[in-house]
Amino acid sequence: MTWTTLQTAMADQGYIASGDLSMALHLSLSLGRPLLLEGAAGVGKTEVARVLAAVQNTQLIRLQCYEGLDAAQAIYEWNYQRQLLAIRAASEDGETGKTVEARIFSDEFLLERPLLKAIRQDKAPVLLIDEIDRADEEFEAYLLEILSEFQVTIPEMGTITATTRPMVILTANGTRDLSDALRRRCLYAHVPYPDHGTELAILITRYPDITDRLCAQIVGFVQALRKQELEKKPGIAEMLDFAAALMGLGVADLTMDPAILQATLTTLLKTQMDRDAIPTEIAQRLAGKAA
Amino acid sequence: MSLVTKFAARDPGPAARMAGFVAHLRDNGFRLGVGETGAALDALTHINAANPYDSRRALKSLFTGCTEEAAQFDGLFNSFWMNGGRVKTRVTATPTQSENVQSSREASEEASSGTGDMSASGGVDGEAESDGEGKLVAMNVTNLFKKDLRDFVRPEDIAEAEKIALRLGAALRDRRSRRRKAALKGDQIHFRKVMRKSLATGGEPFFLPKRQRPDRTLRITAICDVSGSMTVYSRIFLAFLAGLMRADFRADAYLFHTRLVRITEALRDKDALRALARLSLLAEGFAGGSKIAESLDTFASTYGRRFVDNRTVVMILSDGYDTASPDGIFDALARLKMRGCKIIWLNPLKGWDGYEPTAQAMAGALPHLDLFRAANTLGDLAALETEMARL
Repeated sequence: MTWTTLQTAMADQGYIASGDLSMALHLSLSLGRPLLLEGAAGVGKTEVARVLAAVQNTQLIRLQCYEGLDAAQAIYEWNYQRQLLAIRAASEDGETGKTVEARIFSDEFLLERPLLKAIRQDKAPVLLIDEIDRADEEFEAYLLEILSEFQVTIPEMGTITATTRPMVILTANGTRDLSDALRRRCLYAHVPYPDHGTELAILITRYPDITDRLCAQIVGFVQALRKQELEKKPGIAEMLDFAAALMGLGVADLTMDPAILQATLTTLLKTQMDRDAIPTEIAQRLAGKAA
Repeated sequence: MSLVTKFAARDPGPAARMAGFVAHLRDNGFRLGVGETGAALDALTHINAANPYDSRRALKSLFTGCTEEAAQFDGLFNSFWMNGGRVKTRVTATPTQSENVQSSREASEEASSGTGDMSASGGVDGEAESDGEGKLVAMNVTNLFKKDLRDFVRPEDIAEAEKIALRLGAALRDRRSRRRKAALKGDQIHFRKVMRKSLATGGEPFFLPKRQRPDRTLRITAICDVSGSMTVYSRIFLAFLAGLMRADFRADAYLFHTRLVRITEALRDKDALRALARLSLLAEGFAGGSKIAESLDTFASTYGRRFVDNRTVVMILSDGYDTASPDGIFDALARLKMRGCKIIWLNPLKGWDGYEPTAQAMAGALPHLDLFRAANTLGDLAALETEMARL
């Protein structure tokens, strides 16, 4: 598979990827290296993993990071309740210590969390580690071991080596700086807001029955809106919501009714300050330019 | 394709060229090891390496690690592999040249982000032209119309300011609360949680959850006056702001003359000099007049509502020379104060013998200030540490 065939395969699944991104994905697949995706919220970083899993026809395993995420929640944990029950039952049956110990520290009592699960699949899955910059630095260190060795050491059971190498995608949007060690181990792709042509293609892929005129207006309007000084610039998901809202309301032309346009802006602007920053006159001017 | 660099006949082969390219990137501030060179050669076997655009994309994903590097990469790739018969020494960037390249690239961030696609769609010649000429023009224009802040601030100052800012940040802890909260690491055992968790394991306390007094740092929001009367002190204050931004990722910075500009993002740039170059662009009107009351009012009604709360210290760096009436400043500070923040005013003139805050603006501000001190030098700022600890 070359990077262009990957690009078309992803387009068939409804994801329009830029050249840089498809190349990075292709290399990541062929070199077996993790891929770090960075970009503003709402540009479709998480979606990449979902689509890639669909293209590869494999499972998607997702680990959502958050502050305080620890090894027990990300790698593995013993099922203490079941272990205790097993010990009680064993003592009633008169089982001896050694055999009980061997039994309660076996696979049966192991709770797999995403990272361990990902390296024990028969078919290599896509492992998505979402918003890695939200996790603590300690967790990043755990991750380094797993990403370079693809093995997990469980003191009671020994080392578990990967049966297949998962395809790893990490996403970040700059909550904090990632360590150089992690960056070095990953391939990197920056996912920007889509340009005009790409965004048109995305909109048409998602809503094939939209009229050309409205389609061009929506994309022109959203692109112009992103150039305004906003707290939170509208992403692709917001643009699609906006299009869905307009189509649902039966709008054929963006400049037709200022009141409707202003009302549908709720799908694009998500803070009070941003709403205040785009009053009717500015919205009309942007829409007029886009038309 | 005619633009692809012609290497000398004695050139030992692709591996050496790749090593040369990695060295070229290192010269331009990329942190790459030996492993990357090997990985790059490996990567090229998986693609059509004869196509320079494919190679550029592949090497870009491999060699870059952050947004800034990604923005820089296309230019560096072109200058090494596609210098189109230009004399090599002219393109290989020496350290001083590379600063120019970086700053002018930042100056036209929008334009530079598009160059990769432009050349890919066939506009190779156009791009090569503008790459050579555009930089010169851009730099001249910058120097003519705006003061280049890099002339004012030296990197050593920033490094020193960074240390001071770190110490100030550490001094500004909120020590009011005695309550401890559950935490991954803590100095005490969280007994209530131990009991609750032990229920699941039949009364055996397997886990020992910890608790800790939460770390409540005060956030510094600095507002710096860069009007004409402040020019002599700007060097110190801007260095301090740059240091503050690099030391404390929660800090926030603004500057104002006749209007207010948020400079937090610009100053967070990893490259200190480039940060100042970006700042120069933002600080249009630098060393002009000042409208303190209006700027503070804008701050209180816009950014202040988002970023200022009761764990914020608003630090105003200004001499207080304003033409407007003192009521404006009084009202603006009153509004800020209502958000529960602390306000510090650092006035360079206060260091003078016999200074009285007679400037009208200053007189209007005084009732709202938690701390009013002199600050002309980095040393003065460092001396604030003990005072700020008492806030």
